[in-house]
Amino acid sequence: MANVLAVDDSASMRQMVSFTLKGAGYDVTEAVDGQDALDKARTGKVDVILTDVNMPNMDGIELIRQLRGLPQYKFTPMLLLTTESGADKKAEGKAAGATGWLVKPFNPDQLLATLSKVLG
Amino acid sequence: MDTSMNAQPIEMGIGDNVSDADQYLTFLLNGEEYGVDILRVQEIKGWMATTQIPNTPEYIRGVMNLRGAIVPIIDLRLRFNMPAIEYTATTVVIVLKVECEAGERTIGFVVDAVSDVYNVSAEQFKAAPDFGSHVHTDFIRALATVDDKMVILLDIDRLVGGDDVLNASGSQH
Amino acid sequence: MSIDIAQFHQVFFEESFEGLEIMESSLLDLEIGQPDSEAINTIFRAAHSIKGGSGTFGFSAIGEFTHVLETLLDEMRNGTRDVTREAVDVLLLAVDSLREMLSAARDGADFDANAVAEVHAKLERQLALGGDQAPAATAPAAPTESAAQPAGAGDWIIAFAPHPNLFATGNDPVRILRELRALGRSEIEADLSQLPDYAEFDPETSYARWTVTLDGSVEERAIREVFEWVEDDADISLTRGADAAAATATQSGADDTAAPVVAAAPDADERRTGEDRRTGDERRSTDRRAGGNTAAASSIRVDIGKVDSLINLVGELVITQSMLGQLDDPQTVDFEKLREGLAQLERNTRELQESVMRIRMLPISFSFNRFPRLVRDLSTKLGKEVELKIVGEQTELDKTVLEKIADPLVHLVRNALDHGIEKPDIRAEAGKPLCGTLTLAARHEGGNIVIEISDDGAGLDAEKLLAKARERGLVGADEVLPEERIHELIFHPGFSTAKELSDVSGRGVGMDVVKRNIKELGGVIELHSTFGAGSTIRIRLPLTLAILDGQLVRVGDQTYIVPLVSIVESLQIDPERVKSVVGAAELYRLRGEYIPIVRLYEVFNIEPQSSALEDGLIVVVEGEGQRAGILIDELLGQQQVVIKSLETNYRKVDGISGATILGDGTVAMIMDAGGLIALNRIQPQSPIPSPKVKAA
Repeated sequence: MANVLAVDDSASMRQMVSFTLKGAGYDVTEAVDGQDALDKARTGKVDVILTDVNMPNMDGIELIRQLRGLPQYKFTPMLLLTTESGADKKAEGKAAGATGWLVKPFNPDQLLATLSKVLG
Repeated sequence: MDTSMNAQPIEMGIGDNVSDADQYLTFLLNGEEYGVDILRVQEIKGWMATTQIPNTPEYIRGVMNLRGAIVPIIDLRLRFNMPAIEYTATTVVIVLKVECEAGERTIGFVVDAVSDVYNVSAEQFKAAPDFGSHVHTDFIRALATVDDKMVILLDIDRLVGGDDVLNASGSQH
Repeated sequence: MSIDIAQFHQVFFEESFEGLEIMESSLLDLEIGQPDSEAINTIFRAAHSIKGGSGTFGFSAIGEFTHVLETLLDEMRNGTRDVTREAVDVLLLAVDSLREMLSAARDGADFDANAVAEVHAKLERQLALGGDQAPAATAPAAPTESAAQPAGAGDWIIAFAPHPNLFATGNDPVRILRELRALGRSEIEADLSQLPDYAEFDPETSYARWTVTLDGSVEERAIREVFEWVEDDADISLTRGADAAAATATQSGADDTAAPVVAAAPDADERRTGEDRRTGDERRSTDRRAGGNTAAASSIRVDIGKVDSLINLVGELVITQSMLGQLDDPQTVDFEKLREGLAQLERNTRELQESVMRIRMLPISFSFNRFPRLVRDLSTKLGKEVELKIVGEQTELDKTVLEKIADPLVHLVRNALDHGIEKPDIRAEAGKPLCGTLTLAARHEGGNIVIEISDDGAGLDAEKLLAKARERGLVGADEVLPEERIHELIFHPGFSTAKELSDVSGRGVGMDVVKRNIKELGGVIELHSTFGAGSTIRIRLPLTLAILDGQLVRVGDQTYIVPLVSIVESLQIDPERVKSVVGAAELYRLRGEYIPIVRLYEVFNIEPQSSALEDGLIVVVEGEGQRAGILIDELLGQQQVVIKSLETNYRKVDGISGATILGDGTVAMIMDAGGLIALNRIQPQSPIPSPKVKAA
């Protein structure tokens, strides 16, 4: 099954996302911030990236920007986890190369629906 | 009195059908047979020396080490004001799980000997007669007839709960 | 699939409380004039996480509250809002409210909704003044109708022309088409006119366009959602079949009128879907709270190094065990190897014990951390200037001891601020710096942790204390006491006056309660003070509650344990020094002090080996600030014992603090020095009572 990189500085969010995705058969790699995610993405190829926006050591938007610069991730789906008041983040994210977004708060079913949408 | 309603003595075994009947473990005390809810029985041990607790009445023999837990041991004979005897080979300690306000307690009771296990359904209960005010007996759940014998079924929670010594929460004075 | 989201709650609560701690300490450190932008970002992220998590896990009230908080912080980190002292104060109040709300959510309890609403109002007031923009527009924009709002029910005609670089966003037009197809009956027509020759074909560029005819009963909103992510990277037009003639065909970038319309509506829709989602969660969360959260089981975070060292030690234990197992030959008993093995076993067990204890240990910073805030608030309230110094906050102690010492420490610090440190004008008169210093220090000493609270305040006035004690009859009119004893009077119950039990130090919480709490933990508290210069309170606590070093003693045939920490000394009685008072109490003269003799066999009603004082030994113990000599028959060895509770299955016994299981499996009672001394006073001295009759 597909390999998902889940990036969020909140442990409870990571756990929820991880648990949900693994339950649906995905392989999940967790990262605690942008830099951690970048390192892990470089080490092993992932099929889709889910990332929070606000994190220490490189935020989600910069992470996407950096990942798009890597040849193996030129066309990989990358989704931002934004809050509903972060409308400007979506524009910024898109400018950095984000595929789309998932609005927080979301529940596990929405997460799975979005992911299957994106991975086809 | 309906003598046809006899409880059936059964062999102690797991998997016996007990629909609306409860199983009671019975034991002997001064020639009488008493029973306790078998679900409360944690184990039955031979009598071993206990460590005294200072300033306690006679019937509290002390405490015993039960696999690391400190368990108080009560001599039921003495508690029921029966004459004291020398312990014999059949003297055992029945370790029971007692429910209290604070939670569950493990307490051991010294009895003359273990008797049997019976199924007794609530229909077979007969009310304990009123023994008068000098004998407090609200810890007697009921009387039952088994094999033409009278078994006194005890409510162990009430027995412990109604005991002042076991439930004082602080100074004994 | 439905997932039980409650399983993530505990982690969410733990990290949220941690986040609040970070927020609070960062807020306290914030320099009002020149705030550190990294600090503000940290504070913002903490609030943001709590907001995100509370929404995801269904705690909508917390989410709503945090929203305003987050907005304020966002503006501060953007630089569009100044960091003022007033704002920081309100933010700190918000942290308090969040703590309350999170605790309530975690424990299934209620919180003071009025108080929280007040703080929320304060936050909104802050938001209203200062700051360049109006609060984030949560009010949805009036949904703009698409130019082609249907009056009829003609089919949708959707023109979808991705921009050449669509793939670079990780989006796939085929996926979008698939989603459209899933909405209803549809026909898709591809326009490949833009496709170049094979030689110039770039697989990373999108050339194809499509026209999709979709069942007219599909809601426009659903269609907009499908295109949500790609609206900037594609030309999209949505028209009704009936108005097909009026709709303009889209060409790359040429048509502007359709674009903004398409762009504006999704925002509104999005917000609408966001709101819907929120109400759903709200419903869920109120249900959950009505059901009540069972209190999360107490948990502890452990440094992985400690766990590794534990694993190593267990490994060594296994080796020792197999080594001893090899000595199981009935023919030859190798005593040397046996002795070696036992020594190794002893070492392994000791190391294992220490290692396991360490797992339960946490740094005292967990407790010290609340004090910067407390000192700040309290000193402001009292009109005093105080600097708080913290030393040795990494000193570790047992988690349970840490939890139980928290309240006493708070009381002592409050006391130091209330009665110790003087107001600036008084300090100035005394030639002291205007700003008082309060130091919290912790360190390890022997098997104990020592905590000191010292201040450079007014110190204790021994004369006043003595006078007051005499007033209350605690001290005889002409009794003379050394200064330390006078200072210790403050620990006496009934010493504090209504005047001292001010609202700040707390009603009904006296120094005597503090002392009792510390005693219950097996510790001691000392006070040293110099009038005019300041005071130091020193608390000594055992590092662990479960084990104590004990002296085994025998009285008759009973073995008891006396905690070493209670023993002053043991000695043989010199009959000359025994004095009898009013024919009842017996006193022993020990270096200028008279201490009562406690005939243990009387107090405990056991049969002694001998009732003659000369035959036995006196163990001088100290408890409750008093001393006494316990008469015993014999001193046995000293050993470490594991404390087991008598109260679990029995109840508290006066004079006994617990029980333990000796090496031979029998139970021995652990004496409580203070309790014994008290017991001795109550029971009248009488001739030896007839001992209890024991059955076989």
